[in-house]
Amino acid sequence: MTPPAALLPAPAHAASYLEGDMSIRAWLTTRDHKRIAIMFAIAITAFFFIGGAAATLIRIELATPAGDLVSAETYNKLFTMHGVVMVWFFLIPSIPATLGNFLVPLMIGAKDLAFPRLNLTSFYLYVGGALFTLAALFAGGVDTGWTFYTPFSTMFSNTNVIAAIAGVFIVGFSSILTGLNFIVTVHKLRAPGMTFFRLPLFVWAIYATSVILVLATPVLGMTLALLGIERIWHIGIFDPSLGGDPLLFQHLFWFYSHPAVYIMVLPAMGIASEIIPCFARSPVFGYRTMAYAIIAIAVIGFLVWGHHMFVSGQSVYAGLVFSILSYLVAIPSAIKVFNWTATLYKGSISFDAPMIYALGFVGLFMLGGMSGLFLAALALDVQLTDTYFVVAHFHYIMVGGSVTAYLAGIHFWWPKITGRMYPARWAQFAAVLIFLGFNFTFFPQYLLGIEGMPRRYHEYAPQFTTLNVLSSAGAVILAMGYLLPLVYLGWSLVRGARAPQNPWRATGLEWTVPSPPPTENFATQPHVDEEPYAYPPVAASRQEAAT
Amino acid sequence: MSLPFMPPEASSLASRYDVLFAAMTALTTAVSLAVTIVGLWFMFRFRRRATVDRSRPPAAAQLRRRRILETIWIGVPLLLFIAAFAWSASLYYDRSTPPAGALEVAVVAKQWMWKLEHATGQREIDVLHVPVNVPVKLVMTSQDAIHSFFVPAFRVKQDVLPGRYTVLWFTATRAGDYQLYCAEYCGTDHARMFGHVIALAPPQYQRWLDAQGATTTMAAHGEALFRALGCSGCHGANASVHAPALEGLYGRPVPLADGTTIIADDRYLRDSILLPKRQVAAGYEPIMPSFAGQVDEAEVLDLIAYIRHLGGKEALR
Repeated sequence: MTPPAALLPAPAHAASYLEGDMSIRAWLTTRDHKRIAIMFAIAITAFFFIGGAAATLIRIELATPAGDLVSAETYNKLFTMHGVVMVWFFLIPSIPATLGNFLVPLMIGAKDLAFPRLNLTSFYLYVGGALFTLAALFAGGVDTGWTFYTPFSTMFSNTNVIAAIAGVFIVGFSSILTGLNFIVTVHKLRAPGMTFFRLPLFVWAIYATSVILVLATPVLGMTLALLGIERIWHIGIFDPSLGGDPLLFQHLFWFYSHPAVYIMVLPAMGIASEIIPCFARSPVFGYRTMAYAIIAIAVIGFLVWGHHMFVSGQSVYAGLVFSILSYLVAIPSAIKVFNWTATLYKGSISFDAPMIYALGFVGLFMLGGMSGLFLAALALDVQLTDTYFVVAHFHYIMVGGSVTAYLAGIHFWWPKITGRMYPARWAQFAAVLIFLGFNFTFFPQYLLGIEGMPRRYHEYAPQFTTLNVLSSAGAVILAMGYLLPLVYLGWSLVRGARAPQNPWRATGLEWTVPSPPPTENFATQPHVDEEPYAYPPVAASRQEAAT
Repeated sequence: MSLPFMPPEASSLASRYDVLFAAMTALTTAVSLAVTIVGLWFMFRFRRRATVDRSRPPAAAQLRRRRILETIWIGVPLLLFIAAFAWSASLYYDRSTPPAGALEVAVVAKQWMWKLEHATGQREIDVLHVPVNVPVKLVMTSQDAIHSFFVPAFRVKQDVLPGRYTVLWFTATRAGDYQLYCAEYCGTDHARMFGHVIALAPPQYQRWLDAQGATTTMAAHGEALFRALGCSGCHGANASVHAPALEGLYGRPVPLADGTTIIADDRYLRDSILLPKRQVAAGYEPIMPSFAGQVDEAEVLDLIAYIRHLGGKEALR
């Protein structure tokens, strides 16, 4: 495929951010949002595979009903490590700190984020905090689960709780500073003509995510600090035997941790909203509705935390309120799925790897959302909460949804970021493999939950064996699916063909600069005079296919 | 109704639960299939190689159509969600409201076992015998971390908290041996905090009761404790110390020294025994010592059973 001449790289261009001083020192002290994004990407990839290794051991253990591979204590430490690493050191920073960092300035026509030094500070806070917690997880471990429920975590666990939460606390500051940086950047650094309703939906999503990061993360920090105070000094906050309230921790924890789910999934929605119109050659269906839906999710998402606590002993009436609000937050999510589907109508659809990943994301997110409707239903939640149904539900949203979308984004912007193309067939194959492997791993877990298997069980009753074996077998396929991109994307860095400026013929300012972008991003100040996703109508004939 | 993968239906709530579950499954499956089919049809029909009419209607017509479609797919889910909410909420409300006259069992959870005491005094560990077709109400507390009492065949689950009483009720409808799990992660042997609820037909249940031999009721245990711990020295009829009388106290409003009023329920009585300074009854000096550390959770429940036995609003029934 030869792109039209207009889309070829500009003949003369400034040095790209991957040229110039490539010393380690230059990278580690860079203030370029693009280089910082790359450093974040390397770090979160490492954490993804550490968390994945813990998941692998968990699935091997669960292949048989008896607890025969590791001891109960080790098992508990494994699922804690898996949860802590995946939630705080992979999922929360994943899309915002990598793709968001790289793309937001490019998408709005800015030279960098508003506070480049703060951006680098975010990176070091993240790496420092995450490594600190990781050390605690390896040297002795923590057995509380990623949820750190009190009073177990404050009074009964004999593991490195304090060290683990200290690292998470520090990483929280990275989240807050990154969010702040994006908010200011989107408000202050948009190019002339780039009004809010011309922003790509990815920027809307990162903006809404940033608001959540700034408002919710401090609550996590305070909650963990209170936990530490109770554990170290035995000051009664959560433990009733010290005069504390046994449910207070859960309220505070979920006040952060439910919005945290939207920190993970809103950017994923943003990515899907970029990719689907591009490969359907069709403007996104209902741009403004999509933008409002993002904001609605971010706002209502703050008011649903109590749906984690329907059987906790909170009042019945609180349960009623949280249930109806949970249904309310499902509406904007449903709108997005319907609008993505409608975007395909009258399109000219090609199935390049990013598109397969993005469509896979929509399917898995929909299946995860549907199971959420069961969990929002008070009476159904009573039976399903704390079983494998919940485990399947949030993995569909956070792994099937967010991770698949993250990979979609990586494949979509890889040519822009690295200046290299990857082997298209391998990428398409991996996208399909991950979709199948994911369902194979996690669909059986819905059924396990319906059968009544509680979560966080090191060993289980024999009637749950078949479905657990299926899930573990699926995990093998899923693991291969996740390793594949590491191989072919790594290969493309060395051997991949040079990427043109706009290989997908996408709209958006990031595609108007060379691949990889110059250090300064834009040679001249861009002006925006066009609506987003202005994909021209495609003629009825097959001329599209010929280009 | 018996659904695939669902545990047997063995309680009065189970069949109602399963109907709701089936309805939700039907709804979500139908919507998922519809979206998937439409999506796949678009992907096929408008694939790049297809020769097909891709002309877009004029902007105004597009906007009108979009408004109609979006109104439909906001409005229809909203109505369905309200229906799902109302249906599940009414079942949840019933699940949270134990019927009057239920057989009472006190549950004390600890790492990693279930201790159960029937109101009539029978004590069990990790096994609970109940009669079928009689409502059973569990009053539960934990000695350490949070646990959760989960019997899948009954479709009931309730967290068990330290320092607080939570209530769970069920009416077993079929005799059998049902699995009891701890559903809230509680430490090393969480997966082994496993038990049984054995539902028996009335004659068998009577036989089981008989086999337990003579027992003293929880209230009688509580009365013995009441004397042994010296409570009667102040709260007894002939006491010289000015302390609140306990006859007729249970379930009644108690004016507190800070001007508020509290209902003398299980939680208030528990707090008064273990944390007496927290809520001081109006007109009394805060001189009662705490009994924390001297009585365990089971004994507190015995004491409460005794105070309840002394009469009161609820105890009169």
